[in-house]
Amino acid sequence: MPGKLKAKIVAGRHLPVMDRASDLTDAFVEVKFGNTTFKTDVYPKSLNPQWNSEWFKFEVDDEDLQDEPLQITVLDHDTYSANDAIGKVYIDIDPLLSSEAATVISGWFPIYDTIHGIRGEINVLVKVDLFNDLNRFRQSSCGVKFFCTTSIPRCYRAALVHGFVEELVVNEDPEYQWIDRIRTPRASNEARQRLISLMSGELQRKIGLKVLEMGGNAVVGYLQCFDLEGESGLVVRAIGTACTLDKLIPGSEIKETLPSSSSPPPFSPSKLCSRQSSSSDTDLSLTPKMGKTPPPSSPFLTLCLLLSSPPTLDLTEFPFFTLTCFPPGFLVHIGGVVSARSVKLLDRIHNPDEPETRDAWWEEIRQEIKSHAKALGCHAVVGYSESTTICEEVCILSASGTAAMLNPRFMREGLCVYSRFDDASPPSCGFCHIPYDEFNMPFPAQLTYCYHCRRQKVPDVLFTTIDLPAEAAVTGKGCLIQARLCRTKKKAQGEVNATAISNLLPFMEYELHTQLMNKLKLRCMNALFGLRIQISVGENMLLGLASATGVYLSALPAPGGIQIAGKTPSDLSYDQHISTMQKRINDTIAMNKELYNIHPPECIEEVVGSPIPDRQRSRLFRSTSESSDELSELDLSHGKKDAFVLEIDDTDAVEDIQSLLTDAPMPAGFYSCNTEVMPGIYNWTSGLQMFTSVRVYRLNNANLTNQGLNKIFTDLCENLLKSLYFKLRSMIPCCLCHLNFTVAVPEEELIQVRRHTPKNTSPILFIFPINILVSIRELEFGENEEQLQFSMELSSSSERCSPLPEVRSRSLRSTRSLPCGAPVTVVKMTPLSFLPRTRIVKYLGIINMFFIRETTSLREEGGVSGFLHSFIAEVFAMVRAHVAALGGNAVVSYSMKECVFMENPNKNQAQCLINVSGDAVIFVRESDQEAIPPLITCGQTSTTGADGTT
Amino acid sequence: MSVELDVFVVNTTIMDEEVYQLWLDGYTGLGHNINQLTHIDILDTVIHQSYESCYLSAPSSVNDAVKVRMEGGVLEGCEASAEVLHSDTMDQYRTFQMCERLLHSPVKLANQLLFQIPPHRQVMLIERYYAFDSVFVREVLGKKLSKGTKKDLDDVSAKTGVTLKSCRRQFDNFKRVFKVVEELKGPLVENIRQHFLLSDKLARDYAAIVFFANNRFETGKKKLHYLTFQDFAFCAGQLISNWTVGALDNMVEDMDVDLEKEFLQDLKELKILITDRDLLDQHKSLVCTALRGKTKAFNEMEANFKNLSRGLVNIAAKLTNTKEVRDFFIDLVEKFIEPCRSDKWTAGDMRLYLTHYTNSAHVLDTFKHQVVWDRYMGVIKSCILKMYHD
Repeated sequence: MPGKLKAKIVAGRHLPVMDRASDLTDAFVEVKFGNTTFKTDVYPKSLNPQWNSEWFKFEVDDEDLQDEPLQITVLDHDTYSANDAIGKVYIDIDPLLSSEAATVISGWFPIYDTIHGIRGEINVLVKVDLFNDLNRFRQSSCGVKFFCTTSIPRCYRAALVHGFVEELVVNEDPEYQWIDRIRTPRASNEARQRLISLMSGELQRKIGLKVLEMGGNAVVGYLQCFDLEGESGLVVRAIGTACTLDKLIPGSEIKETLPSSSSPPPFSPSKLCSRQSSSSDTDLSLTPKMGKTPPPSSPFLTLCLLLSSPPTLDLTEFPFFTLTCFPPGFLVHIGGVVSARSVKLLDRIHNPDEPETRDAWWEEIRQEIKSHAKALGCHAVVGYSESTTICEEVCILSASGTAAMLNPRFMREGLCVYSRFDDASPPSCGFCHIPYDEFNMPFPAQLTYCYHCRRQKVPDVLFTTIDLPAEAAVTGKGCLIQARLCRTKKKAQGEVNATAISNLLPFMEYELHTQLMNKLKLRCMNALFGLRIQISVGENMLLGLASATGVYLSALPAPGGIQIAGKTPSDLSYDQHISTMQKRINDTIAMNKELYNIHPPECIEEVVGSPIPDRQRSRLFRSTSESSDELSELDLSHGKKDAFVLEIDDTDAVEDIQSLLTDAPMPAGFYSCNTEVMPGIYNWTSGLQMFTSVRVYRLNNANLTNQGLNKIFTDLCENLLKSLYFKLRSMIPCCLCHLNFTVAVPEEELIQVRRHTPKNTSPILFIFPINILVSIRELEFGENEEQLQFSMELSSSSERCSPLPEVRSRSLRSTRSLPCGAPVTVVKMTPLSFLPRTRIVKYLGIINMFFIRETTSLREEGGVSGFLHSFIAEVFAMVRAHVAALGGNAVVSYSMKECVFMENPNKNQAQCLINVSGDAVIFVRESDQEAIPPLITCGQTSTTGADGTT
Repeated sequence: MSVELDVFVVNTTIMDEEVYQLWLDGYTGLGHNINQLTHIDILDTVIHQSYESCYLSAPSSVNDAVKVRMEGGVLEGCEASAEVLHSDTMDQYRTFQMCERLLHSPVKLANQLLFQIPPHRQVMLIERYYAFDSVFVREVLGKKLSKGTKKDLDDVSAKTGVTLKSCRRQFDNFKRVFKVVEELKGPLVENIRQHFLLSDKLARDYAAIVFFANNRFETGKKKLHYLTFQDFAFCAGQLISNWTVGALDNMVEDMDVDLEKEFLQDLKELKILITDRDLLDQHKSLVCTALRGKTKAFNEMEANFKNLSRGLVNIAAKLTNTKEVRDFFIDLVEKFIEPCRSDKWTAGDMRLYLTHYTNSAHVLDTFKHQVVWDRYMGVIKSCILKMYHD
């Protein structure tokens, strides 16, 4: 018995009325863990019951502790009929299993019902006593810490970075089991919630085991995803980066968290652990079957090996890192984005215990990524992520990352001493220098000497999936750049469909890339960070959405302008048309230069020996290839055409230009990016606001052309952004960080249900769960700072002049005792890994929650919007409650991974699934900024600082 | 292409005070309409014309709100369209509708978990939700807060120009507060403040409304039309703090919604001031001596003294009868204020007269009811002074 779980049910409040006659409720609680159930007494006739139960004790294996959630069910006692369920609370006890995280879970939890939503709250206390288990063959991995954060958590130091860990588990989806036909929607939803909770617990435990075998103690950049494959099952998979983390001593903390002084973590090239049949590294040099990359010639290969050989990089099977932000010195060079996609046909998972097919699929993709990285002369992939999109039985698996060279000195096991390496590239530009050999470039690119150090070669553009390194030299400010694309596709089934999709994919990728490139040029920038390309499949269309943050890196050459050329220069009016277009483009470029404050020092354009004769200006991204079962050969480069000459005869080019110019400029006072920090802005206030926005559109016109669709899609995205700017106008100046768009084209199946739509139209839904976004108030820099800060204070103090000013002040508020106890702790939520102007003092554990909500009275709940609005609000409330119960006051690295919405308005029904994750933390304000001593109970601290959040 | 679904949810709830006001003012939102819609029998729409206009024409009502916002110039300086504004308005309306349930018991708002609202925002939400239009409250003041009154709200709405939805909200607020404090012991204002977390001013106003509704004071007569809600609220405050059971002793079990029975009985004794001829003459000469030469209206005061005194003392004597209590204000106006006004007394004259009228009674040796007299006249004096205006 290696563990004892104890739970105590204290009280309930705001319970719903279950007995119409008395307008009261006779509530009692069932506490279940594994197969053991305890019950409290019935607390008769009250909506605010005080059970104050004994401690319910569960003696369990720590394996179960990791897998199972504690399940609390609140019921209404009924003497004559079956007891009615009021709702449930699932508590993940994982945070209690690590000695450094939370020690007790205590607080008010919303009682959640999948049909009715939140119905009152319950106060629960949970503790765990763990006995030491020295069994070498144990199945549990208690104590391994998990972080969603994709950088080294702020109050830790990485002693060793071990490398990539991955795992997936599969199961049958309860929604599709035969029993679902006879059970209630509630029972089905609960079965599903519970199963997913179990599966993610199991997944985490298995990954934890791998980490322990590698000798690590934590997983950073933990990314867990669900694939709802419908009939064929349910897949839960996760990837992460195994590390050995040392907790920083509180005293040195402040100094250490500053990026400049934190010591860089060395690498441990530990062997891959238990993973079955790990393919040996030799496989890689084969650059196997999916060789869409320009096949590397042999001298290149040897060079490549030479480059990385000195301390042999015996990294794990996959030298991948899910981190996007690194300590200084960690990254040596960046090659460029590598990505791979593969189209698969789903089939029923026959044996859930051996998810071999899914494993093999991912294995294949990872191999490909690895070979791409190798082709770029890099031995590692950073900012790595994986995703899927499913439409009926077709599934697209995607993986992407940034090929990089990591400092070989960090790879030596156990060597923690940091020494600057010999060829000392300055940190502000070193990462831009090419890792590959300039005489054997894997793709055509134009090289120049670094504009910063003038010693090494740099490419003309750089695309990456990681965050901008803190030490990078940047000119001006960054901005969000999006490429949007819609392609129609014929309806098809099975293999034919898969073939059609995989034929379209490379073209989409190519066009998205061209768009990104053009938009980048238009903004006079030369690098993209945080690039995320999402491709979604629908019945009869494919959607592509690429988002990234554009930056002008001082080390890279200034981007050239965009030239428009017509094919028939003889026509005079046509010439005129072209020249007006050209003028508009030039004007826009000039305007953007001003807007983003980009004034690069004038340099003599010295193009150094690019060995490639025809000056093809192209980008690193080129190595991206499509891997699918049936893939046509595709040359991803622009061929003979200069990338920045747009030929207007080309319909694509017209489209390009249109999309270039339709991007509305941001209103004054707004900045946006999809990375953690906005390049070029350094003065943050602590004011922070997180929001989620979801939109669904229906396309009415059946016979839309690609162009028409593109226009609609672009407009939708633009409108959404405009809407955000409008809603947040009161927070100006502010920056939308980590702006994360997700698109989906729901299955036709759902749409067919809407019979009242006219026959001749083919309706299509777009879902945009725009996950998350933070807006942060930004202070102007320079001499204005004092003044502006003052004016901010002013605005917040004017808010204080509300009718009851005393409520604002903390001391008075505590005296204002409310009947139902203390006021609710304020919990901040942010997709960033930090909170500006605060210090994270403790990580309390990972939050990973999955909810289903269903309704059979859609109209009464205010239609689809009303339904989803309240559901999202409820999800936020439950996340906050769990964090508060762990003793935390914020969730960092928060993300809404999944938001699946289905409706059937004819039956007045709708269903929605949401998966959220993040890290629960305790933060304190930086004491020098606010006049609050750092160790006040956290909830209170944040209430006083809530000015910015209003 | 049409928008099927459009939501925007924030962690710390953002609320635009201007939109909140529009919502409170009854520019109805779509979600709520759908909500109501299911309860309406379509055939009823003919009968409930105004009901229909409020609920069925939902999209246009939200458009009304959008229009108001556009005219207010929100879009200036933003590159936003009416579409954007519409979506924003809908989002906020939904939030308000979800909050409304909580606003019905404001204490819950502070410890609910669904919305994270900073405390000062909560205060704003509650205060505005419970705020009312003085034109509206003037119409229902003193009326029974019953279903019958609620049915007549469309007339009130038409008369006052306050939307029916807003009328309903205000009426329901009155009723809710009334129901909660009805059962409670202790001081009325304090009870309201604690249970509804209202500001002192608003709590006092609600106390007045509850007090008027409980005692059913007549306020709707034509002669009383010139009085504002604030006049009545002031008078109610005076009555509550001087004439109720709780006025003398807060610890008394009963609460201060009802006038103190014993006191009302004692008031009968004051009749001696007008029934005893000597006492009446004596009182008159004392008052006249004090007033002589101090006011231009002296002659009228002297001539009217007996009438006015009879008026005030008769009001006192009749208060034991519940029916007469209802006419308290109309009596004050008819028996005292109107005669004085027709004699063109100034406010100063009034103050002077009432002061001396009250004080002179103390000098009368045969008049033994000084305490009751003071308790009565103190309130009467301040009420009349408040009510004596055009």
